[in-house]
Amino acid sequence: MRKRNLIPIVYILFLMLPIYWLVAMSFKTTNEILSGFSLFPQTFTWDNYVTIFTDPSWYLTYVNSILYVSINTVISICVALPAAYAFSRYRFLGDKTLFFWLLTNRMAPAAVFVLPFFQLYSAVGLFDTHIAVALAHCLFNIPLAVWILEGFMSGVPKELDETAYVDGYSFPRFFTTIFLPSIKAGVGVAAFFCFMFSWVELLLAKNLTAVEAKPIAAAMTKTASSAGYELGLLAAAGTLTIIPGAIVVYFVRNYIAKGFALGRV
Amino acid sequence: MKTQNQKAWFFVLPVLLLVAFNALIPMMTVVNYSVQETFGNNIFFWEGVRWFEELLNSDRFHAALGRQFLFTGIILAIEIPLGIAIALAMPRSGPWVPVCLVLMALPMLIPWNVVGAMWNIFALPDIGLLGYFMNTTLGIDYDMTQNPFAAWATIITMDVWHWTSLVVLLSYAGLVSIPDAYYQAAKIDGASSWSVFRYIQLPKMKQVLTIAILLRFMDSFNIYTEVFVMTGGGPGNSTTFLSIDLVKIALGQFDLGPAAAMSLIYFAITLLVSWLFYTLMTKDDAK
Repeated sequence: MRKRNLIPIVYILFLMLPIYWLVAMSFKTTNEILSGFSLFPQTFTWDNYVTIFTDPSWYLTYVNSILYVSINTVISICVALPAAYAFSRYRFLGDKTLFFWLLTNRMAPAAVFVLPFFQLYSAVGLFDTHIAVALAHCLFNIPLAVWILEGFMSGVPKELDETAYVDGYSFPRFFTTIFLPSIKAGVGVAAFFCFMFSWVELLLAKNLTAVEAKPIAAAMTKTASSAGYELGLLAAAGTLTIIPGAIVVYFVRNYIAKGFALGRV
Repeated sequence: MKTQNQKAWFFVLPVLLLVAFNALIPMMTVVNYSVQETFGNNIFFWEGVRWFEELLNSDRFHAALGRQFLFTGIILAIEIPLGIAIALAMPRSGPWVPVCLVLMALPMLIPWNVVGAMWNIFALPDIGLLGYFMNTTLGIDYDMTQNPFAAWATIITMDVWHWTSLVVLLSYAGLVSIPDAYYQAAKIDGASSWSVFRYIQLPKMKQVLTIAILLRFMDSFNIYTEVFVMTGGGPGNSTTFLSIDLVKIALGQFDLGPAAAMSLIYFAITLLVSWLFYTLMTKDDAK
């Protein structure tokens, strides 16, 4: 038994190494980074973080990212809930085709959509807004949310619906007071995956924004100044992008493993 | 049993509208470009299937496609068995399980260009932990900006680091759903640990593994950001995968026609492979 536990421990150590290196570098001064190899920060400094939190062109990008990711998660879950309910409870004309078509959008390479998206969102006057990025990310997040929620909903026996109707519940009241609470784990997991895929995506987010809604990950390219890369600053910004994900994953830690297990293929 | 109800369409309508806005309009734009030539100023000339013919006969496309399949093949061959092995070795319950899951999920939650930047810093030959270790401690000449083999090895290690956890989480989810009674029955029958794996655990994991392989296939086939940040497709063209080549043609050279034709073929290949795989994996269930 002891020996077996070694495998996950070694794996986790392997996962932590590059992260440690990023965090360690964010506490080093640029001089120290460039002067040579050191395993720990020799002169520990908060300067890189101070720079980010005092310069609006840095910290506002952080706010931008969180804003569009949140909008996307809310939209995705709100429209995916009724759709997933329909897929899990009813048969209707073209339901299987529709379900597969939704999933194919998850397969589309983002690189294919960069230019058409730019033109589409410019044409409707949404370029460089948070809502544009949030809507664009719906392309792959809605199919995923429908997929996960459908799995959880199919796990709820249909008798629950019927009993509620017999008891005189209207559909909206049944859905919000009885049905939703019984799949709240599913909603949590779906929201987590929406958050995650919107947070990590950059190609679309970068090309749909210029100044107003620029994501933090795109702001990192400006560390490449005329004086070369400011590696410390880059590392600090990178470290900050890990934190929201870490917080969210902590909240869903008990459900995360179930997320896909219930989804149907 | 599900009831027939056409009104269910109203529930699906919002999803349909949003996804159609995002998928159909851009897709039509791409189709439109793929049959035309433009010299700017919004002037277009009809070209028919010329771009498709050129692309399918171009060595550049074949090379990128070959690299793409090689890369996806390698990472699937590493990540799937490794993920299953780690999931099998994880404890089924206990206070350490959530800690393990959170730590394992962490790499997946880092923005993709940060992952690229992180591995860049990690692999710097003189001041990165990996680069320093390779060059100074092991004495191997390692520099991913110079050596194609080093670039491939680093990108594959990066992808294993980034995504194996997804396979672990999914396999683990499949494993914990197996009732204890199955294991007890196997114990009474004196089954070896291999037969337990082959006849109990693997069949139970089949569904989640299908999802894992499909997701890993799609995402690795579409890989762009990490590789772009790490090597930019180099050295030379050695790590120019399909998406990188596509963005080079579309945004770098602004050849909209060829880029659009390539997009369509690219998407068609992804769909075809996913569909083939999906049909193969689920054909037993249909019986």
